[in-house]
Amino acid sequence: MAYRLVEPQPKDEVSPGKNACLEAYRYILLARVLDDKFASLYRMGKIHGGVFLGRGQEALSVAAGLALRKGDVFAPLIRDAAGRIAFGEPIVDAVRTYLGSPLGPMRARDGNVHRGRPESGILPMISHLGAMISVVNGVLLANRMKGISGTVGLASIGEGGTSTGAFHEALNQAGVERFPLVVVVANNGYAYSTPNERQLACQTLELKAPGYGFRSHSVDGTDLSACLSVMNVAASEARAGGGPQLVIARLLRLCGHGEHDDAGYVDPRLKESTLGRDCLKVAEHHLMARGWASTQDLAVWREAAVEEVEGVVAQVQREDGPDPYAEEWRALASKHLVDEPPITA
Amino acid sequence: MSLTYLDAIREAQARALEEDPRVFIYGQDVGPFGGAFKATKSLAERFPGRVMDAPISEDAMLGLAVGAAISGMRPIIEVQFADFSTVALNQIVNQAATLYWRTKVPCPVTIRLPAGGTSGSGPFHSQCPEALYAHYPGLVVLTPATVEDAYSMLLEAVAIDDPVIFCEHKYLYYHLKAERLPDEAMPVGKARIARAGRDLTVVAYSAMVHEALAVADELASEGTEIEVVDLRSVKPLDTDTIMASVARTGRLLCVGEAWPWGGVTAEVVARVASEGFGLLDAPPQRLNAKDTPVPYHPNLWAAHRPTARRIAMAARNLLRS
Ligand SMILES: Cc1ncc(C[n+]2csc(CCOP(=O)(O)OP(=O)(O)O)c2C)c(N)n1
Repeated sequence: MAYRLVEPQPKDEVSPGKNACLEAYRYILLARVLDDKFASLYRMGKIHGGVFLGRGQEALSVAAGLALRKGDVFAPLIRDAAGRIAFGEPIVDAVRTYLGSPLGPMRARDGNVHRGRPESGILPMISHLGAMISVVNGVLLANRMKGISGTVGLASIGEGGTSTGAFHEALNQAGVERFPLVVVVANNGYAYSTPNERQLACQTLELKAPGYGFRSHSVDGTDLSACLSVMNVAASEARAGGGPQLVIARLLRLCGHGEHDDAGYVDPRLKESTLGRDCLKVAEHHLMARGWASTQDLAVWREAAVEEVEGVVAQVQREDGPDPYAEEWRALASKHLVDEPPITA
Repeated sequence: MSLTYLDAIREAQARALEEDPRVFIYGQDVGPFGGAFKATKSLAERFPGRVMDAPISEDAMLGLAVGAAISGMRPIIEVQFADFSTVALNQIVNQAATLYWRTKVPCPVTIRLPAGGTSGSGPFHSQCPEALYAHYPGLVVLTPATVEDAYSMLLEAVAIDDPVIFCEHKYLYYHLKAERLPDEAMPVGKARIARAGRDLTVVAYSAMVHEALAVADELASEGTEIEVVDLRSVKPLDTDTIMASVARTGRLLCVGEAWPWGGVTAEVVARVASEGFGLLDAPPQRLNAKDTPVPYHPNLWAAHRPTARRIAMAARNLLRS
C-alpha cells in the first residue's frame, strides 16, 4: 500500500503566545537570511564544496531548537540552520565553518553543515545519515548514570534517513532504555531526488513509532505555531519521563538538495499544495493577522538580520585560511601513541 | 592460583570498574549472563547499573559509546565476536575515530573484539580485523599475546583518551595461564622481545606469538637462534624495536593470522624494507592466512592459517637464502 500523509491531530497542546512566536520568527528570519547569503557566496565561488540549505524547513527546525534548554543535547542535520541558532549556536560558527576559517569550531578540518560543539550540547554531524541518533542516546545514558535528570536529547533526520539501519538500531535502543529522546523527522517528500514511494514501505511514518516504543506526533511543518506547540509537547513529555517521542512533520524543501541541484524532480502539484507554502510567509501572516507585527516591523527585523549576517561574513572573510604547515596532522588525543611510519607524504 | 587470559580480561574490567566511576560495560549478554565467553561474569552483580545488556545493534552500541565518551564516561564495549564489528564499522571509523580530530573532544572508548580462529568456528566467528581498523586514522589497535598483557593493556586501553580496538584472541582465552597478574607492565606502543636470538627475527602478534615461540624452540634444537618480537600493539607499530632486532639478525619473517593482502605483516615488511634495507641479508618474508574466508573444518582451518609447521618451513627457507 502506498505511503500516505497523516493529518495532524490536535493534542493537549497550547497555542504559543506572542512572545514565543516573535522570538521563533526572528530566528527563522536570521536563518533564512544566513542561508541566502551562503547561496550567494556559493554562486560567487567563495565556498569550498557544497552548500545545503534549510529553506522551507525553518519553522520545524526552530521549534526543535526552542524546545531544548541548556544542558540538553541536540544533533542537528543538514537543514537545521534555524534550530541551531535557536539553541544558541552563534552564526559566526556557521560562517567560519562554511568559509573554512581555522577560528571556527571545526578549524577548517570539516565544513558546511558538519559542525558543532559537543561541550555545548551541539553534536557535530557526520555525513552518514542515522548515525547521530545513538550518539545522542549515549549522552542521555551518561546523564542518567551521573544522576542528571530532566535533560532531553533531540535528533533531526529526513524521511530518507529513516531507511538506514542506524536509525532503526538507535530508535530501538532508545525505546529499550526509555531515553528522554525526541526524534524529529522532516518528511519533505524527497531524499535528494528519491520520492516517498521509492523510500518508504510503511503506510505512514507515524506507524514506526509504536514498533520502537515511541509516542508519535504529527505536525504541519509549514505552520510555525503548530510546530512550536507540537515540539513543546514532545520535548516536555520526554523531559517528564514519558519515554522517547517521534515527531513527523510534513513539508517541502524549497530549494535543491544542495545549491548544485535545481530540484527539477519535485512534482509541481506538491509545490502548489499547502505543503509547498513558505513557512516564513505563513509565520508572517500569523503575526500580522494577530496584530503582533506590522509590515514595518518585518522590514526592520529583516534589515537587522541582513546587517548581522553581512557583518559576520565580512569579518570572517578577513580571517586567514588554515596553514597546512602549522597543522599538527595528528588524529589522536594521545600524543605518545601516534604511529610514525617511516615516510609521510 | 592460576589465571587464564580470559580471567585477566575479566579482572582488568573489574579493576577498571572499581577504580573509575566513569567506566561502564555495554554489550550483548554481558549483564547477568556474564557474556558469551564469560568475560564479564559476576560484574553486573558487583557493579549494579554499570554492566548492561545491549540489543543486537552493534552500530547503536558504538554510537552510544561515543555519546557517553563525549559526556565524560569511559565505556567498554564488548562486541560479541570481532566479526560482528563490521556492523559497527561506520560508528568506529567515521564517528569515534574522527571526533577528536574534528572537535578536540577526546573519545575514550574501549572496543573489545574477541578475535581470531578456533577450531570449528568458521567464516564468521574467526576473523582478525586488526588491519582494517589500523588503516583508519584516529584509532589505537592492540593485540595482546599474554595473560599479563591482556590484563595490563586492557587497563591501559581504558585510560587512553582515544578509541582503542582491543583484539583479544579467543584461542588464548583458555589456553594461556599465568600464576598471577602483573604489578607493572610495558607501556602500550612498545613491542617486546619474547625470545632473544641472533639468526632470524620473527615478528608476530596475538596468538601467532606462541606459534613463533614453538618454532624457536624447535629450531633451537637444530642450532638456530630465532628472535621473536611480540608487537603487542599494531597501531602504533614499534618500528624501532623491529629494526633493532633485524639489525641483530639480518633476516625478517613477519607472521600474521589475518589475510595476506596488505595488513600488519605487509606494513612491517614495508617499513623494514624502506628504512632498514641495508640491514637485511635476505629478502624480508611474510606469512599469513590464505586469501579465502576462514574455513570451518579443522583440517581445512589448520591449513588455512599459519601454524608452527608452516612458520618453521618459512624460517628454514629464509635461513638458507
Ligand atoms: C548513509 C548515507 N547514505 C547516503 C548519503 C548521501 N545523502 C546525503 S543527503 C541524502 C538524502 C537525504 O534525504 P532525507 O534523509 O530525506 O533528508 P533531506 O535531504 O530530504 O533533508 C543522501 C542520499 C548519506 N549522507 N548517508
